[in-house]
Amino acid sequence: MPDGAAAHKAAEDVPYVLDVRNLKTVFRTRRGEVHAVNDVSFNLKAGELLGVVGESGSGKSVTMMSLIRLLPMPPAEIRSGSVAFDDMDLMKISEEKMRAIRGARIGMVFQDPMTSLNPVFNVGFQLMEPLRKHMGMNKKQARDRAVELLELVGIPDAARRLSDYPHQFSGGMRQRVMIAIALACDPKVLIADEPTTALDVTIQAQILELVKELRQKLGMAIVWITHDLGVIAGIADRVMVMYGGQVVEEAPVRELFANPRHPYTRMLLETVPSLTGDRSDRLRVIQGQPPMLGEQPRSCPFRDRCPHAFDQCARENPMLRDVGRPGHRAACFWNAEGADA
Amino acid sequence: MLDATPRGRKLVEVRNLRMYFPIHTGLLRRHTGDVKAVDGVNFDIYEGETLGLVGESGCGKSTCGRAVLRLYDPTSASIKIDGVELAWANDAARKIDVAARRIASRTSWGLFVGGTALVTIAALNVPALAGIGVGLLIIAAAIVLAVTIAGYFVTLNAIRTRRAAAAGISTKDFALTESELRRLRPKMQMVFQDPQASLNPRMTVAAIIGEPLSEHTKMSATARNARIYELMDNVGLNRSFANRYPHEFSGGQRQRIGIARALALNPKFIVCDEPIAALDVSIQAQVVNLLEDLQDKLGLTYLFISHDLSMVRHIADRVAVMYLGKIAELAPRDTLFSDPLHPYTKALLSAVPEPDPVRHDTAERVILQGDVPSPANPPKGCNFCTRCPVVMDICRVDDPAMKEVRPGRFVACHLHP
Repeated sequence: MPDGAAAHKAAEDVPYVLDVRNLKTVFRTRRGEVHAVNDVSFNLKAGELLGVVGESGSGKSVTMMSLIRLLPMPPAEIRSGSVAFDDMDLMKISEEKMRAIRGARIGMVFQDPMTSLNPVFNVGFQLMEPLRKHMGMNKKQARDRAVELLELVGIPDAARRLSDYPHQFSGGMRQRVMIAIALACDPKVLIADEPTTALDVTIQAQILELVKELRQKLGMAIVWITHDLGVIAGIADRVMVMYGGQVVEEAPVRELFANPRHPYTRMLLETVPSLTGDRSDRLRVIQGQPPMLGEQPRSCPFRDRCPHAFDQCARENPMLRDVGRPGHRAACFWNAEGADA
Repeated sequence: MLDATPRGRKLVEVRNLRMYFPIHTGLLRRHTGDVKAVDGVNFDIYEGETLGLVGESGCGKSTCGRAVLRLYDPTSASIKIDGVELAWANDAARKIDVAARRIASRTSWGLFVGGTALVTIAALNVPALAGIGVGLLIIAAAIVLAVTIAGYFVTLNAIRTRRAAAAGISTKDFALTESELRRLRPKMQMVFQDPQASLNPRMTVAAIIGEPLSEHTKMSATARNARIYELMDNVGLNRSFANRYPHEFSGGQRQRIGIARALALNPKFIVCDEPIAALDVSIQAQVVNLLEDLQDKLGLTYLFISHDLSMVRHIADRVAVMYLGKIAELAPRDTLFSDPLHPYTKALLSAVPEPDPVRHDTAERVILQGDVPSPANPPKGCNFCTRCPVVMDICRVDDPAMKEVRPGRFVACHLHP
């Protein structure tokens, strides 16, 4: 298993496969604008797994949907930003070109494997569809490749199961099929949006193991969205924490869990009870509610729930800045280092 | 909260709980099999403790929780809550009861059909009655209905009493009727998983929290309002929200409303069915702390159903692990988590991802192969034998019984005879 920090270092001179800058997504509603993604920038190196953590409504899914232009427009509108992928700006290319990239060079896996597979087509058809569309394979070639893919994701008796329909697979198996479809065209980047959230822990463990294996075999870059810090700790190289539509902290995985800098990250790590560590009689609590997204925030979105907030937090929205170790950035005015010393 | 076998009074005693859902197939909808959602579960809950019930989706933990409160009619069970038998104290009583219910329902159908026929014939054929008109007919219909309903209960009780006397068992051993059960409802309540779905969107918070009060007590309006405010204070809801509707609240606050409603009648026992599963991580801790505070303050006893093992480790005193309708292991919390005995418990614990990258790299994992079998067609022998990493020949033949291998530790596994 790659050590997060070491992998990060080794990957330092590897070029970015995906470079997102200042992405801003707004939903126009009858009650005014909702700023769902505020100035989000991040990048992804070849072979890297970036974990994106956040609660519901923190903007993690909308960010990813924006960059592959899957959001319905209107009501959504991408105000600004650029997404560099393969010497192109995904925000500027034509819809036709975008379609050639989506599902082919950028693969996607969604949360619920039941609703993301089409129930009226068999699994073989759905697996062969991208192969024939994007790779120009004929039926025979596509079929062979489909069998290969099902075997790759560990579905036994693959050739026979091609003619099965989604309802004949269990939840874990369906998610394997989804992963196989996403991998069909050898994508450079895989975006996985809560791929194990709907699964049981023992099945989740199987899928996580599979992803680790596939990364070693295929070496693609992965963006893994989840709200589960445990999953992130197990598979990510680097982690990005989102809150209220913006990135509040970003660091290599070991660094983030060892030295969280943003108060939100710190408290989030404390509220989750441990399975093996000491058992406290009371859980640490983050008071209050996650923010309602609305107007563009002019102050720190975590201010109301933050125990360290001071007057500057109400006046300005903090920008991400380097803190401590290389690659560690946090959007906070409070000096966590000073507090620890 | 010591980690020894809890002493004290047993508040809930569940023996041999089975909940089968029948499968009907074919043109005649014949009964061809059962989904054995809960298949022979035994446990006790001591007064003031929290029993955690964990397992994967479909293992029967929620069904078990509902059947304990008799929100489902169990296939067989003895459920004692606070000394009162809710189901059947013994199997003989269950058989008599089932037969009596069948005969009683046939009798009342007979009375209904016969009575209706009699009234119709009388109205059509007796000229003296024809002139009296519609009013009398309605009265006659009402009498028929009353006779039908009364006939059911009279027959039921007569058969029960006679057969119970013949078999030498007490009539107290029989399952409670709906009205008897209703009188017990205030003692036992439930908090549901999805606070969005379990609150009526057209009722205000005050109406939701006050509903159990108006259903089960004869409080005056002022007393009722005072109690509603007191409950809102208890669960940390602002009093000024009393006239708002559920959609105006966030998930965590909605769950507080659900908890306040469960507390309204001063229950002793609350079944919490995945109360935090639908909430965000940062909100889960708030609700769990609230449940713990209320337990300390009001001396509540919880059955805490969850799939979140680390949260169960936090809140429960003892933990039962369910797999495919049966309890695999039941033990005090600390020993279960530090030294699991059943291979399924071991696999389940090792599958939980810990928020600690260092531990991830060093921990040894048991990755289970395959999926959970269907509860409609469980495997022969031990129900975990299809996925068990240490399966033996005997496991495929013989279903291991639940045994107390050490004081307070129950395991159903051939490795621990």
